[in-house]
Amino acid sequence: MNHRDADLAPDLTVPVPRGPVPAAPPGTERPRVEIEVDGKTISVEEGATLLDACRRLGIDTPTVCYLETLTPVNACRACVVELEGSRVLVPACSRKAEQGMSIRTDSERVRLSRRMVLEFLASGSDLSISPELSDYMERYGAEPSRYGEGGSEPATVEQPAKVDNELYVRDYAKCVLCYKCVEACGTDAQNTFAIAVAGRGFDAHISTEFDVDLPESACVYCGNCIAVCPTGALIFKSEHDLRQAGQWDEDRQREADTICPYCGVGCTLTVRSQDNQIVRVTSPLDQEVTAGNLCIKGRFGWGFVGAPADGGTEDGNGSCGAED
Amino acid sequence: MDLHFTPDAPTDTEREAVDSLLGEPDSNWTGGDRLLASDLRTSQAGHRGAGKRHLLLPVLHAISDRCGWISRGALNYCCRRLGVPPAEAYGVATFYDMFSLSPRPPVIVRVCDDIACIAKGFDGLSDDLASSAIPEGGESSPNGVIWTRSPCLGLCERAPAALISGAGEQPWHAVSAPATPVAIERVCHREGRAAEAGAEVRASVPQAGTGGLRLLHRVGEPSGGSLQGYLRDGGFAALDLAVRNGREWVVEQVEASNLVGRGGAAFPTGRKWRAVLGAKGPKYAVCNADESEPGTFKDRVLMEGDPYALVEALAIASFATGCERAYVYIRGEYPESTERMAGAIEDCEREGLLAPACPIEIRRGAGAYICGEETALFNSIEGYRGEPRNKPPYPTQSGLFRRPTLVNNVETLANIPGILLEGGAAYAAMGTDVSSGPKLFCLSGHILRPGVYEAEFGVTVRELIEMAGGVAGSGQVQAVLVGGAAGALLHPGEIDTPFTFEAMREIGATVGSAVVMPFDTTVDLGAMLVRIAEFFRHESCGQCVPCRVGTVRQHELLQRLQSGEVRLGSEQHRTLLGEISQVMRDASICGLGHTAASAVDSALLRFPIWGGSAR
Repeated sequence: MNHRDADLAPDLTVPVPRGPVPAAPPGTERPRVEIEVDGKTISVEEGATLLDACRRLGIDTPTVCYLETLTPVNACRACVVELEGSRVLVPACSRKAEQGMSIRTDSERVRLSRRMVLEFLASGSDLSISPELSDYMERYGAEPSRYGEGGSEPATVEQPAKVDNELYVRDYAKCVLCYKCVEACGTDAQNTFAIAVAGRGFDAHISTEFDVDLPESACVYCGNCIAVCPTGALIFKSEHDLRQAGQWDEDRQREADTICPYCGVGCTLTVRSQDNQIVRVTSPLDQEVTAGNLCIKGRFGWGFVGAPADGGTEDGNGSCGAED
Repeated sequence: MDLHFTPDAPTDTEREAVDSLLGEPDSNWTGGDRLLASDLRTSQAGHRGAGKRHLLLPVLHAISDRCGWISRGALNYCCRRLGVPPAEAYGVATFYDMFSLSPRPPVIVRVCDDIACIAKGFDGLSDDLASSAIPEGGESSPNGVIWTRSPCLGLCERAPAALISGAGEQPWHAVSAPATPVAIERVCHREGRAAEAGAEVRASVPQAGTGGLRLLHRVGEPSGGSLQGYLRDGGFAALDLAVRNGREWVVEQVEASNLVGRGGAAFPTGRKWRAVLGAKGPKYAVCNADESEPGTFKDRVLMEGDPYALVEALAIASFATGCERAYVYIRGEYPESTERMAGAIEDCEREGLLAPACPIEIRRGAGAYICGEETALFNSIEGYRGEPRNKPPYPTQSGLFRRPTLVNNVETLANIPGILLEGGAAYAAMGTDVSSGPKLFCLSGHILRPGVYEAEFGVTVRELIEMAGGVAGSGQVQAVLVGGAAGALLHPGEIDTPFTFEAMREIGATVGSAVVMPFDTTVDLGAMLVRIAEFFRHESCGQCVPCRVGTVRQHELLQRLQSGEVRLGSEQHRTLLGEISQVMRDASICGLGHTAASAVDSALLRFPIWGGSAR
């Protein structure tokens, strides 16, 4: 490249600002409020929740229905804390910090409520593939078996898994009704509204209209509901089949991040594979393009990976049928 | 909104039912058949559709009233008309007891199997019905009638009670109480006329005509039966006075009256009015007439017997707080109240009496106790599932349609005209220092003259029972349920407790909805507690874990105790019951969960049930 060409060529490098990141101009900072958590004073910006404050202090707070990318529904009540002056416990995930609040996150009352919530969930739903909840149950000493002592069995949401399409399975025996999938299908992400909570009380359940199969419903198979499900009630068919066959083995799995090859948006995919077969695709929650959401192609459209390079049909041995 | 529908189409009848409420669709976007040329260029769904979501419950009622049930095609059409996703509409329709999404005969007999009706012979009635020609439940029946069990119908003074509704071109309803299979069948075949509304409601007020009544004096009288009668009795003088003296004066009077809410939570009414007056509009007023607490029927009697006073009171409330629309949310099990209130609103509007206030609209519930919780009620009106919202924000900040909202119970409002006419201070002088004013009490169960009674705060439970003629049945009282299913079961030794907020709190009970239900010595208290637990299990909305699962575990454990499988003597089960109660009280979203174990807790403290040791 001669000197002249270099002058004419557009400068493609992004200028890097020098020095430290400039501070915001005065007056634009959000006002802060001071609250007391377990006797420690912490200052958080106005609008922050009690959960934000707890997390900033490194206090591990159990949550089931809460997710950073979704509107808090405060339905599970696993995150309740004791707020001074309040008759009842308050949900940390949605209650905003107010100046002068004083909360306790590990009092006798808080521990009892958290233990009971976990016990209730485990006594009614199958939490066998929710390791995080099992850890919390151990921490709070939950004993779900005490509801089934004696002859009568407690009511559960046990039911056969709904396998009505090739992409994902709805195993509602594992559902804890956290509302996350409904939110992801609705205004928090996909705006498809294929599912909603139907029924009432213990019979409340996630359902399409008239409980029709997914292919008849409004579902667009973005799989964003699977991504937010905390208990594996919504699960990739690939993962479900491996688990059913007893072949799901996390020791043989690895994860790799890549960029979706389909369109120009550039979503980050986290591809999980077992024995070189893709078993699940997610996107990081903190990824600014996706916030954890994908479309049907990025989520499920990886059948071509591992297909023969010449486009021939694959036979059972993995070699190209045309060669035989 | 880009909605997806199953191929099911509505029948002509279903289409008519929906159109009778919404008018003909004007484009393909809103459910019209023909594809207008303009439809191809502009979408007319969007906000215009979403803005109609609040009509979902009225449309579901229209379909159900006409066809008896809601088919896939009908739901699809309703969703097209309102721009609601079918899955969400399905979620809403399945939330309510009174809607059926599978075929059922046009005539439904809802037989109350709740506590007051059990005490007064539901079991015998259900045995008789089992051997009658009317089948229980089912998709069809030879004579087009089925019967189902229902939670409290609010007809406790005439227990055992049945509510009969018929779907069709001219939907109808009738009450059979006290119910017998013969009486029910006569009603189902529409033999004989229902008694005059006025006469029936007068029978619910044994004090009628005795004088000195402030809240009940028009019930069963001409002044409660027609607008002319009401105006001759001084009706609408209070609204005139309010308009003359201005908003600030009205709110001051209500504050000075020391009036607190009569729905059960006892929140100071004046403080609520002050908060809404100070909030920025648009604002709404709501009269909570979703009276569903077992054993409670005072609001029904007021709506049926004195509807004009309630319309005036709601007009005063909307005027004083600057609301632009008022709603009366009446439970679906009260068709007679709905008709009476609708008639009264229409009469008052026609005479221009509501001009200083705002339009009043009636909304019908559809069988969900939880919709009496104020925030669940807002969701129900807005066309969503009747699930309570977390508080704060409180209704006065963000209520109906997320706007500042004034919510008052029927009986609370009924006090308003009197407060303005006599002055808040005079009102505050009635009752005790803390609990002021007159109060309505619902007496049912084993009582000689059941009905709604009016007395000043401070009257004792015993005096109320004596006013109502004393204990019926065996004549000996075993226990008295006060405050409703979310209240407390009192020991006979406690019946000299005055009915005030302070005195009831002291003994661990509550005024609640002012239920006074004595049970005689023949009643199986354990069975009553199981029924109360079943009620909460059935009525929990299912949103939060402590209540959704807690009410089930409580009911299961009580069933095991009642069957003798386990005994309360064991530490293990007493602890478990206590812990279920505590998590519901501490961690539930709303008052239903907070109080779902109250009656059980109070009973086990006082009575040696299931081998437990009462203190």
